[in-house]
Amino acid sequence: MSHVRIIARLDIKGPNLIKGVHLEGLRVVGDPHEHALRYYAEGADELLFIDIVASLYQRNNLSDIIKRTADRIYVPITVGGGIRSLGDVSQMMHSGADKVAINTAAIARPELITEVARRYGSQCMVLGIEAKRVAPGRWEAYTDNGRERTGQDVVQWARRAVDMGAGEILLTSVDQEGTRKGFDLPLVQQVCDAVNVPVTASGGFGRAEDLAAVGATGVSGIAIADALHWKRMTLPEIKAYAAAAGLDVRRADGRTTQ
Amino acid sequence: MSIAVTVLDYGIGNQLNVLRALEHCGASVKVVQKASAGDVEADRLVLPGVGAFGDGMAELRARGFDELVKRFAQTGKPFLGICVGMQVMFDASEEMGEHAGLGLLPGRVRAVPATGSNGKPHRIPHIGWRPLLRSAPWEGTILADVQPLERVYFVHSFAAVPSQEEVRLAHVDYDGVPICAAVHRDNLYGCQFHPERSAETGLNVLRRFLKL
Repeated sequence: MSHVRIIARLDIKGPNLIKGVHLEGLRVVGDPHEHALRYYAEGADELLFIDIVASLYQRNNLSDIIKRTADRIYVPITVGGGIRSLGDVSQMMHSGADKVAINTAAIARPELITEVARRYGSQCMVLGIEAKRVAPGRWEAYTDNGRERTGQDVVQWARRAVDMGAGEILLTSVDQEGTRKGFDLPLVQQVCDAVNVPVTASGGFGRAEDLAAVGATGVSGIAIADALHWKRMTLPEIKAYAAAAGLDVRRADGRTTQ
Repeated sequence: MSIAVTVLDYGIGNQLNVLRALEHCGASVKVVQKASAGDVEADRLVLPGVGAFGDGMAELRARGFDELVKRFAQTGKPFLGICVGMQVMFDASEEMGEHAGLGLLPGRVRAVPATGSNGKPHRIPHIGWRPLLRSAPWEGTILADVQPLERVYFVHSFAAVPSQEEVRLAHVDYDGVPICAAVHRDNLYGCQFHPERSAETGLNVLRRFLKL
């Protein structure tokens, strides 16, 4: 039975927690701080903050949000969006992040992956991939919330990034993101098969059955946003569904589900 | 009087979250970047750390922390190494070549096996929340308030292999492969998991460490 972490994903725009569809059509959900504390209290295994405008407008306000939030949260925090240099990584780590997710800057200069892994360890260097289906069984890596093409094949890019030092992959399906129609299972399967580092699947969770389906691909993490933000399901409910589907998860009280 | 804890910052990894967790548990925490004579006066010494073993040891030596830890160990006051901070307590590591550790505990640090006991490859780094299993009695140790099977958070590619069984306090099972999760001898404690990132279970480990 494989162990999966249930990760609460918080997309941030300016001071707000937001949620969109296909990483677009954004709606304000509320205060990221309040939501993060609620997810921590409910038993999230990890929190993932992504500043969705940072890489577009070259700015970074995430650090303040993380600082305020990390003070009261005692589970791992991953931060992404607009991280372009070792200096940016350092700023995030000093704000309370445990890991950074890098997409755009890693595409632009893959050596950054190696530099971050060397300086902070590969466990800190999460490769963010925004994947869009371009043909059956083929996906292209995008940047800037699924707006910019890179010409890179997702599976090849994942392999190369792991060779360069990425210790984990955050795989977001732009096609499924925010749709509640389930994960892009062939995508998740191919990336899980291509690399031996942990992979987190993001984008598409809608129904309890989606957990068993994505769990069967060999993912290590399942990121959930929409269902939590709009209170369609709570973390204890999601974990109970995951356990019933045969996945090995941590209960909200820290015990095992068996 | 709150317990005075000194946390060693040797430039790798994230001391901030260890500091915050200890403060949350009621400690009065000082983070130091370089050893000074008074450090040994602290009630508790904590050595966190993520990243590579060799780089970590080089930084420890450059800052005089290797000698400080050894001197503190002799005071009988509780010491806690976390993750790589626990690994450097051992004799040596095989991470990217051969590197000598502090030699406070007998054993070596080796790569987490790339396959489970069934021979099938599993994911490295080993990341996730694993249920703690008892290797030795937990009464009177940092795990006194933890029940077996409570989960704690791991993120690592290398793990200690103590050469004396009695040093091992807890382990976890990674696809049939036992991984050393916590160690103990006298006043020395180490945990491979991150108590500062293991929610209430982890905080209970730190609270107990402060009460020892």
